[in-house]
Amino acid sequence: MAATTHDVHDGHGEHHHGPAKGLGRWLFTTNHKDIGTLYLLFSLLMFLIGGSMALIIRAELFQPGLQLVDPHFFNQMTTMHALIMVFGAVMPAFVGLANWMLPMMIGAPDMALPRMNNWSFWILPFAFTMLLSTLFMPGGGPASGWTLYPPLVLQTGDAFPFVILAIHLMGISSIMGAINVIATIFNMRAPGMTLMRMPLFVWTWLITAFLLIAVMPVFAGAVTMLLTDKYFATSFFNPAGGGDPVLFQHIFWFFGHPEVYIMILPAFGVVSQIIPTFARKPLFGYHSMVYATAAIAFLSFIVWGHHMFTVGMPLTAELFFMYATMLIAVPTGVKVFNWVATMWRGAMTFETPMLFSIAFVILFTIGGFSGLMLAIAPADFQYHDTYFVVAHFHYVLVPGAVFSIMAAVYYWLPKWTGHMYNERLSRIHFWLSVIGVNILFFPQHFLGLAGMPRRVPDYALQFTEWNMVSSIGAFIYGISQLLFVYIVIQTIRAGDKATDQVWEGARGLEWTVPSPAPYHTFDTPPKISATNAHG
Amino acid sequence: MTHSDKTRANRRLVPKLFLFSIAMFGFGYLLVPLYDVICDITGFNGRTTSLAVATEGNANGVDTSRTVTVEFVSSLNSGAPWEFRPTVTRMQVHPGEFYEISYVATNLTDQDMVGQAVPSVAPSLAAVHFQKIECFCFDRQDFAPGESKDMPVMFRVDPRLADHVSVVTLSYTFFKLDPSS
Repeated sequence: MAATTHDVHDGHGEHHHGPAKGLGRWLFTTNHKDIGTLYLLFSLLMFLIGGSMALIIRAELFQPGLQLVDPHFFNQMTTMHALIMVFGAVMPAFVGLANWMLPMMIGAPDMALPRMNNWSFWILPFAFTMLLSTLFMPGGGPASGWTLYPPLVLQTGDAFPFVILAIHLMGISSIMGAINVIATIFNMRAPGMTLMRMPLFVWTWLITAFLLIAVMPVFAGAVTMLLTDKYFATSFFNPAGGGDPVLFQHIFWFFGHPEVYIMILPAFGVVSQIIPTFARKPLFGYHSMVYATAAIAFLSFIVWGHHMFTVGMPLTAELFFMYATMLIAVPTGVKVFNWVATMWRGAMTFETPMLFSIAFVILFTIGGFSGLMLAIAPADFQYHDTYFVVAHFHYVLVPGAVFSIMAAVYYWLPKWTGHMYNERLSRIHFWLSVIGVNILFFPQHFLGLAGMPRRVPDYALQFTEWNMVSSIGAFIYGISQLLFVYIVIQTIRAGDKATDQVWEGARGLEWTVPSPAPYHTFDTPPKISATNAHG
Repeated sequence: MTHSDKTRANRRLVPKLFLFSIAMFGFGYLLVPLYDVICDITGFNGRTTSLAVATEGNANGVDTSRTVTVEFVSSLNSGAPWEFRPTVTRMQVHPGEFYEISYVATNLTDQDMVGQAVPSVAPSLAAVHFQKIECFCFDRQDFAPGESKDMPVMFRVDPRLADHVSVVTLSYTFFKLDPSS
């Protein structure tokens, strides 16, 4: 099925040139591969900046007492770390992967809306420059936590409107990116690539994109209300004027819960590509994977109340949110069992992408279980706002979402660069990461159960030992990511020549084009039949 | 699909997706009145009815066989320059009967001040059954420099209050308003 390569011409003269030279190539590019690269590099930069902030937090928490930073700056670090990791690192990384891989996976020449694609990327550097610049403004950056609860967030100094505007820009970028993904998947598939033949990464991204256009505008509305409350005398969240701060929490979490699935569904897709490749078996239960993803996406809209069990809800509401939340474990369990069943009796090899994927399955499941514990409304009153919550969401986001991104980069890097990465170094990176991340986050479960509150720069003496352990893990994990940067740069510059298929068990359209993937692929759409459908 | 088919399909689909996003922005704002309505119906979040209520017939008559404790709480929103407290902190009431108590607020500054009290009732199940006939929280309160005011609230507890509720807490938070607003 070597249907297309760079030398297949379809008569559209404008498509035949290679990339432009110099900086202009990156500023004005409408090529999905260039834009994917930009997104991924931007995300890597944000990952390092947000990670440095996390290290400041862990350094301060290494010992009780205040030693390195003052509490207000500490609060700015927790807030900025979260905003940057969520909107700057994880989400753009998945959009970058989508840009690079979706068109190649469905046999399309490019994204459906290439010019808008350029715009949705180039908004981001401005948004994050603005967000980061707030740290240098009078009164400092936002220090209310990424949840931006009023009335606390309204005490932000001059930075406040800049933060809100930066969030608006990130939202616009995500919405445009999502619309582009939906249009690409609906309108650009190669003949024969029916919806149920699409690779699972494409499916999970389609569903994620719908979540994005449904909830990012709601978040934009919520922060706009904050802005008008502060500067235009509205009273959405001000009780003196008839508003209610709890209303913000409802609106925020109506966005916030689907948002956490926005960060994990594409990860499910990545892992569903990688595990079959290295188990050398087709994905077990493809259809159930698609339906489970859709079920998770639907349920994500009706569980937001579990973030607010302690605001004083009626018992019936607590029960509803508790049961609805627990219901999510069913489709998620379907996925985990499918991954395990895919590996069952497979001819497995353990290259780095597979190692990260297996770690993902195990560690994400731990994060899922602690999520189930938090879903139990009466127990949540004990766990609420403790380090147990911190441990929970970091387990699903770091060895969950971030590990899947690492896996995806190692998996597709040979296709992007034409070079194999250094397998030995990458395994060192994997082991340092997986050991570091567990030393970092596992003790936080104990701290939370023992009652240590989150978002504090100081703590009671009995929490000292586990905090020290956690901080040591943080520095192991953090510094080992520099090795990742080194491996990526090394692979871009040199390395063994990668074959077209790269991995012995790899199936799917992206492995039929040469490595490195030529600037234009699938100018003539390939033909897909039942025999060569999803790997 | 040919190239132009794809362009046409995009032109049909993309505006719909943008419209959907804009509609969801509106939906965020729609949650505001929706939340108000739900709070009014359920007493969710301790929301009391802010309108005076009329008594209706015998079903709401005084139930002298039952006694409910009502507690009064006051708090100031951060930085509000008043002294603010209830004249009584707790009393025994019979459901259905009207009672009047008052809160005292003193302006601690040498400037004119405008304040607004916001009520809340706990437990929230009791909120819909706590009725205020007259309340200083219905209006803004103006204070001359240093002025002290005795502000009445007239209320009753509805006999339909669930049997297991024996204590109801009425809390007021006093907010400073911008005089121009």
